[in-house]
Amino acid sequence: MLLLKDVKKTFIQPDGSVLPVLDIAEFRVSAGEQVVLVGRSGCGKTTLLHIIAGISRPDSGKVRIDDWDITLMPEAERDRFRAERIGYVFQTFNLLAGFTALENVLLAMRFARGRPDKQRARRLLERVGLSHRMTHRPTMLSVGEQQRVAVARALANKPQLLLADEPTANVDAGHQQQILDLIQEACAEENVALIIVTHSSEVAAQFPRIERLEQFNRVAAVLAGEKPHSA
Amino acid sequence: MSLWKVAWRSIQQRKLSSILTILSMGLGVALVVAVLVVYGVVYQAFHQGGEGYDLIVGAKGGKEQLVLNSVFYLSQPVGNIPYGFYEELIEGKYAGDVETAVPLCMGHTYQGFRVVGTTPEMFNELKYRGNRSYRFAQGRNFEDEERFAGVLGAIAAAKTKLRIGETFQAVHGIGVGGRVHKQSFTVVGILEPTGTPVDRAVFVNMRGFHDIHRAEEAAEAEANQNAEENAEKKAKKHEHEEHPHEITAVLVCVRPVPAGMTDILARAINSTPIAQAVVPARVIADLFEGVVGKLQWILLGMAVLTVIEAGIGIMVSIYNSMSDRQHEIAIMRALGARRITVMVIILLESILLALLGGGVGLLLGHGAIWACSPLIAEWTGVVVGMLRFQWVELVLVPGLIALAAVVGYLPAVAAYRTDVAKSLIATP
Repeated sequence: MLLLKDVKKTFIQPDGSVLPVLDIAEFRVSAGEQVVLVGRSGCGKTTLLHIIAGISRPDSGKVRIDDWDITLMPEAERDRFRAERIGYVFQTFNLLAGFTALENVLLAMRFARGRPDKQRARRLLERVGLSHRMTHRPTMLSVGEQQRVAVARALANKPQLLLADEPTANVDAGHQQQILDLIQEACAEENVALIIVTHSSEVAAQFPRIERLEQFNRVAAVLAGEKPHSA
Repeated sequence: MSLWKVAWRSIQQRKLSSILTILSMGLGVALVVAVLVVYGVVYQAFHQGGEGYDLIVGAKGGKEQLVLNSVFYLSQPVGNIPYGFYEELIEGKYAGDVETAVPLCMGHTYQGFRVVGTTPEMFNELKYRGNRSYRFAQGRNFEDEERFAGVLGAIAAAKTKLRIGETFQAVHGIGVGGRVHKQSFTVVGILEPTGTPVDRAVFVNMRGFHDIHRAEEAAEAEANQNAEENAEKKAKKHEHEEHPHEITAVLVCVRPVPAGMTDILARAINSTPIAQAVVPARVIADLFEGVVGKLQWILLGMAVLTVIEAGIGIMVSIYNSMSDRQHEIAIMRALGARRITVMVIILLESILLALLGGGVGLLLGHGAIWACSPLIAEWTGVVVGMLRFQWVELVLVPGLIALAAVVGYLPAVAAYRTDVAKSLIATP
């Protein structure tokens, strides 16, 4: 359901020099598949997630999600597409501090087409074990609870693809597995494809498919002295 | 979850800054409201006084001074006209054109309030504020044969604390330190408030008004044999506002038919060498526009500048918060909000702050006016309630929204231009 083809991305440095970050010949993920993406710091994992989510645009290449090539979409359409079809779990949760847990989930629905579904939002929060915390703001939630709200928010619009960027990095060890299980089970239940970025080999080991970015990102491979291949 | 709610939450998150911004806007709007209401009060005070009659007939001279003296009981009289001219109006050559004519005599005061000599028709025949009849809160009007009877306007009664049956002595002249006339007048009635200058005057029977002069002149002439004193007295006599057989002015209601009778009669009187006739409504309108009208625009301009300054405060407040909110905006964008959506959220925030400030300002402005209403009533005779609105205040709402949109534009553009990827990576 996801296909990246000849995707390249560079950044302009403050001194004006060009820093190549991504050069991916091919990267595929099937519907409902769960993939873990590993790689050393700075190899472009977050940039790759941003490109898949449509937050950033590649300099060249195609990013197809089902029948849509998001690189051809104007920005507003990409934003709407992301709202409706892609869920994103951030490393630092990125909940909006002024809104309750329920409102954070509703906000995600607000930016998609259609009216926010309060019943679904409540069910999602119940699913992640926060039925008693719906009216609490992020500052009144524990770290683990905040990440669970983030997971519920990411699933709010029944996405086809869930992107999770180091979802357990800021969660204490006792809750890391809980979060991971939650994400995996929720995606499996709703047949959502999952790409999860992590540094942790323990986390990576729990997934059927592990991809090293250095192995299919030619830039990272060159820097690491490895030979790249398609993923 | 509406965008209004999102904007409202942003305001709540920055509570102190938002409250200060709202208060600042509120003070500016309160100032605008106060200027508008006070303008309305002054307008009403000016124009109400001259309603109820069509012409004022008085001595030749300044029209404005005639009106100020005869309608508002201010300033010095222009001069006097012969009593015979008044008789021409009621039973002479002008009688066919005149429905009611009420004489006024000026020249005395009591505890700072003008004492006006007039006839019972002043309150029996004349109306005020167009078509309202005078009513007495206590007592009754004086009768023609009650030479030394008087009635008080509502404010004059309250301030002098005179009651029905009590007596008072008029003081000669308008300034301080005038001679107190020996003859006293008895209060027979206290008028209900009218919201006109009548509230602030004392009215006595014109016959008694003249009688106190004649009696004292006669007594002085008898006692005074000294030629030098006589000359001095003669000179002082000329300071008196009222001479026997002279009156200060006449309030005239002309017959309604034929149309244009007011101007016809005015022209006829103005062509005489003795008197002039003025249409009080026109003179008052000119006086108002010439003096107050321009001042009102200046005051309003200053008040509007205050509101604009408060609007700039909104812009600064929101713009300064943008650097802290880049991350928050980036999250919304990452969740799928479009650039225009986050821009609208910022604009809505600006509008909410302006409207809340406007609401606070309306309450403050009207509250302040209401708190000062006893003073306003005392000074102008106009009763002002808290819900006294000027129609121009309706312009405040769209005006504030427009101002908010303008001042919110810059921060909204900053939100629009947020680099999502960079801001997501940056630590909040």
